[in-house]
Amino acid sequence: MKLGFYPGCSMHGTAREYSESLQAIAGPLGIELEEVRDWSCCGASSGHQTSHLLGVALAARNLSLAEEQGHERLLAPCAACYGRLAGARHELQQDAALAAQVGKLLTRPFANAVGVINAVELLRDIAPAIKEKASRPLQGLKVACYYGCLLVRPPEVAAYDDAEDPSSLETIVKATGAEPVRWHKRTECCGAGLSISRRPSVIRLGREILGDARQAGAQAVVVACPMCHSNLDFRQQAMARGGEPFAMPILYVTQLVGLALGVSAQELGIQRHFVDADPVLAQLAAPRSLPAPAQP
Amino acid sequence: MSGHHTSTQPATIAEALQQLTGLNPLRCYQCGKCSAGCPMAEEMGGLPPHALIRLVQTDHRDKLLKSEAIWLCLTCETCSARCPNDVQPARLIDGLRELALSADPLAAPRPIRAFHEAFLEQVRSHGRMAELWMIFGYKLGSGDLFSDALAAPGMLTRGKLKLIPQNIAGVEEVRRIFEGVKELEQAQASKQAAPPEGGAADHG
Repeated sequence: MKLGFYPGCSMHGTAREYSESLQAIAGPLGIELEEVRDWSCCGASSGHQTSHLLGVALAARNLSLAEEQGHERLLAPCAACYGRLAGARHELQQDAALAAQVGKLLTRPFANAVGVINAVELLRDIAPAIKEKASRPLQGLKVACYYGCLLVRPPEVAAYDDAEDPSSLETIVKATGAEPVRWHKRTECCGAGLSISRRPSVIRLGREILGDARQAGAQAVVVACPMCHSNLDFRQQAMARGGEPFAMPILYVTQLVGLALGVSAQELGIQRHFVDADPVLAQLAAPRSLPAPAQP
Repeated sequence: MSGHHTSTQPATIAEALQQLTGLNPLRCYQCGKCSAGCPMAEEMGGLPPHALIRLVQTDHRDKLLKSEAIWLCLTCETCSARCPNDVQPARLIDGLRELALSADPLAAPRPIRAFHEAFLEQVRSHGRMAELWMIFGYKLGSGDLFSDALAAPGMLTRGKLKLIPQNIAGVEEVRRIFEGVKELEQAQASKQAAPPEGGAADHG
């Protein structure tokens, strides 16, 4: 399967381990990723918050590049980028006046012909292959699947799953052998848009999310968004202030899949996290060698 | 379908929002479901989403455009996903922010304004956002010099921040998008500011 790949700014920076772990599992899962050449920022989240047209136009430039470079489907693993790109695609399909305006702002032909998918949708659809290739099934590991906001909303954009009771991440987690816990805060927003400009708000929201995950018995939280990751991992220390530390590792879904496929934690970039995942990883069984495919 | 760039001057804030977004705020019947699910409602100083929409309906323009609440919306879309009458509060609040900025470029609370300015300046200058430099820009703009922001040292030792921002090849294209949007919006604003032809007194 060949896909255009839109990494976005975070995957080249604070979320580089999301990119590293995605690249590490792509080969074994038969996915060929081709990075969109000369991509630009999708505009999240300051674009649309200050000018709707700017938000749509910044996203559309990348859709037009992917189209020009011959991609049919574009993978945007960052949930914020996905929200902007898939949202712009949807809106431009619905609104001819907006499409005409945006067309004038771009410098290349644009037919809005490229579908946008996120990493959760992609991995859910190949969950059977993950299960089959798991050389280190993660039995016994309890994880909380955290969707946050833009992976499942708006529902007309993120139509691959249910907005109120999604199941894609749980399907992927089950394929790795780990056990998804039932909990309440799966689709609550972590507040990332205000992460820098209004810290106390995001610390409150993060504390509520991690507290619920802990209460449900989760040993780790699985995410598919650089903003959620940065908030829940980096700010975790501040969330616990005055109380018991959460010590809750936050793993990208691609890292969890990588562990099950027998990829080393180092190669998956797990050492780049602020919250140490070693105590949890130490409980996992060692990778076993899969039986060799039957000879013809 | 939205009604972008109609040239009639909107008489009420509800009309202005409808021109901007194509959505009709008068459809809201105040069930409050949006506020019940809003993660920021408790911090909005008594103006959670359904109260904001009510102020739109009753045309309290100044109170809305000067409120802090419109800047606290995270655009998490919970309200729009759950609204039983498809009012789309998240989109309307984005529209209120746009109207507030066009009335007063300094409308947003300083840290939030500084974040948006620093973010967009990165994108305009380089085509992409270099997080380290965005944080420096934010700190200068906000005066919030000593907070952790994103704790650059810890991020750097983990290899998470790029030191040198690099321009994309098509950075001029991106700058043209910024300029083109600005021109369109200025043209739109001056159209709206111009006295409408005849019948203006009807709106008294």
